[in-house]
Amino acid sequence: MTIRNKAYIAGAFEHPLRLAPDHSTPQLHAECARGALADAGLTLADVDGYFCAGDAAGFGALSMVDYLGISPRHIDNTETGGSSYILHVAHAAAAIAAGKCSVALITLAGRPRSEAFSAFRPGAPEAGFENWVGQSTQNTYAMCAARHMYQYGTTSEQLAWIKVAASTHAQHNPHAMLRDVVTVEDVINSPMISDPLHRLDCCVVSDGGGALVVVAPEIARGLKRPLVAVRGAGEALKGPNGGRNLDLTTSAAARSGPAAFAEAGVTPADIKYASIYDSFTITVLMQIEDLGFCAKGEGGRFVADGNLISGVGKLPFNTDGGGLCNNHPSNRGGITKVIEAVRQLRGEAHPAVQVPNCDLAVATGIGGSLGIRHGAATLVLERQ
Amino acid sequence: MTEPRKLRAPEINPETKPFWDAATQGQLLVKRCTSCGEAHYYPRTICPFCGSDATVWETCSGKGSIYTLSTMRRGPNAPFTLAYVTLDEGPSIMTNITDCDHDALAIGQRVQVRFVPSSAPDGSTGAPYPMFTPSGD
Ligand SMILES: [Zn+2]
Repeated sequence: MTIRNKAYIAGAFEHPLRLAPDHSTPQLHAECARGALADAGLTLADVDGYFCAGDAAGFGALSMVDYLGISPRHIDNTETGGSSYILHVAHAAAAIAAGKCSVALITLAGRPRSEAFSAFRPGAPEAGFENWVGQSTQNTYAMCAARHMYQYGTTSEQLAWIKVAASTHAQHNPHAMLRDVVTVEDVINSPMISDPLHRLDCCVVSDGGGALVVVAPEIARGLKRPLVAVRGAGEALKGPNGGRNLDLTTSAAARSGPAAFAEAGVTPADIKYASIYDSFTITVLMQIEDLGFCAKGEGGRFVADGNLISGVGKLPFNTDGGGLCNNHPSNRGGITKVIEAVRQLRGEAHPAVQVPNCDLAVATGIGGSLGIRHGAATLVLERQ
Repeated sequence: MTEPRKLRAPEINPETKPFWDAATQGQLLVKRCTSCGEAHYYPRTICPFCGSDATVWETCSGKGSIYTLSTMRRGPNAPFTLAYVTLDEGPSIMTNITDCDHDALAIGQRVQVRFVPSSAPDGSTGAPYPMFTPSGD
């Protein structure tokens, strides 16, 4: 059993707001749901599958299904941080393939700029041993970067190229929070946040959200949108593993990526465009290695000299500007990765960054903390 | 040299209470499985490597070396250093490096445990946390 070609992404919507002090979080979810369904040519009444993660207010799907006024026969609250929504596309495809639903709605929204945010969950088994160390996303991802530099000679200049590429794309996105093109020098001269990550190695913080609609093949063929098929998917979790053989230079994407490529029956060399979750520059570099776009330890050389810039390099990435420049709603960048991949496959990306003949794309993400415990999810998507 | 951040007392449960009792006595414990022989941290009743419940508390030397680190340069508590320290007994643990020149720290450097007290909500002293400081060895 495979999900290959068993489901299609028919609707995708990114909320235009980046600051939403006058919205509620459920309201943002609902506006994204309407936007994605309208994009597909469907309505809330058509939805029979619903997917959400930890950003959904209250009791997750239990609250949101009632709030939205939908009656799904299949629900899924799987929570793997910012990678959840990439994983949800795969779970939706599996549910559709099994006949459990035919129109799956996935929503994400949140307001980390407008309201207090805490990642700590009381009662977690690790709580007593970790909640006191002063960990944040910045310094835990920075520990991965420090180890990668130590082990492989990766440099701050190489990491900076990832931000340079994202900013080169973001100048064309009117909704992007940061539209100024930056240089390698701008990145390494920006204030140090947590060694070795500078301010411009970090993504933006934004309010907002996004939604996706995944449908059965017979429904996709009846809609007026280009056919974007789910061709393969993989998911994996990784943690400190009891402290044994700690390795902060390899992510769970080393398992989710190869699984996705194997199901899709393609290789990294076949990929025309990649959406790569960019919470930090190091997140991108490690996923590029772990998905096999280059060998482990070669990521620094791979991303340098504009290799991620559309029209310039071999692997155009995050042509919306990504989390580094465009949007990181609810501190969760997974859904915007899928949305931009769908735009590229439909030929609806900004003309300045549209990849010619883009028929095969990857969307991959890391949620939680790369330096502690995280979830990886990878999708291979195809324009048919 | 900087003062440690304000540390709230740890979240303790019945499974982990012996660890914190020992910490109060200045001893760092890990769990070791007598079935597969492996030590692990944070401590669990059931071994995460083989599933055996034959795990026992083991007192560590408190010595180890820095696997990786990052010094936070922004925010009210900066600078402070987050690190993983690989204990001589095997497991790597997430911790802080304290009582040090943060700019002089390096991966591979030898360190020694130093327990830092926490404060309970009522102002009394809570169980101490296992931080590390550079050692001469
Ligand atoms: Zn064991």
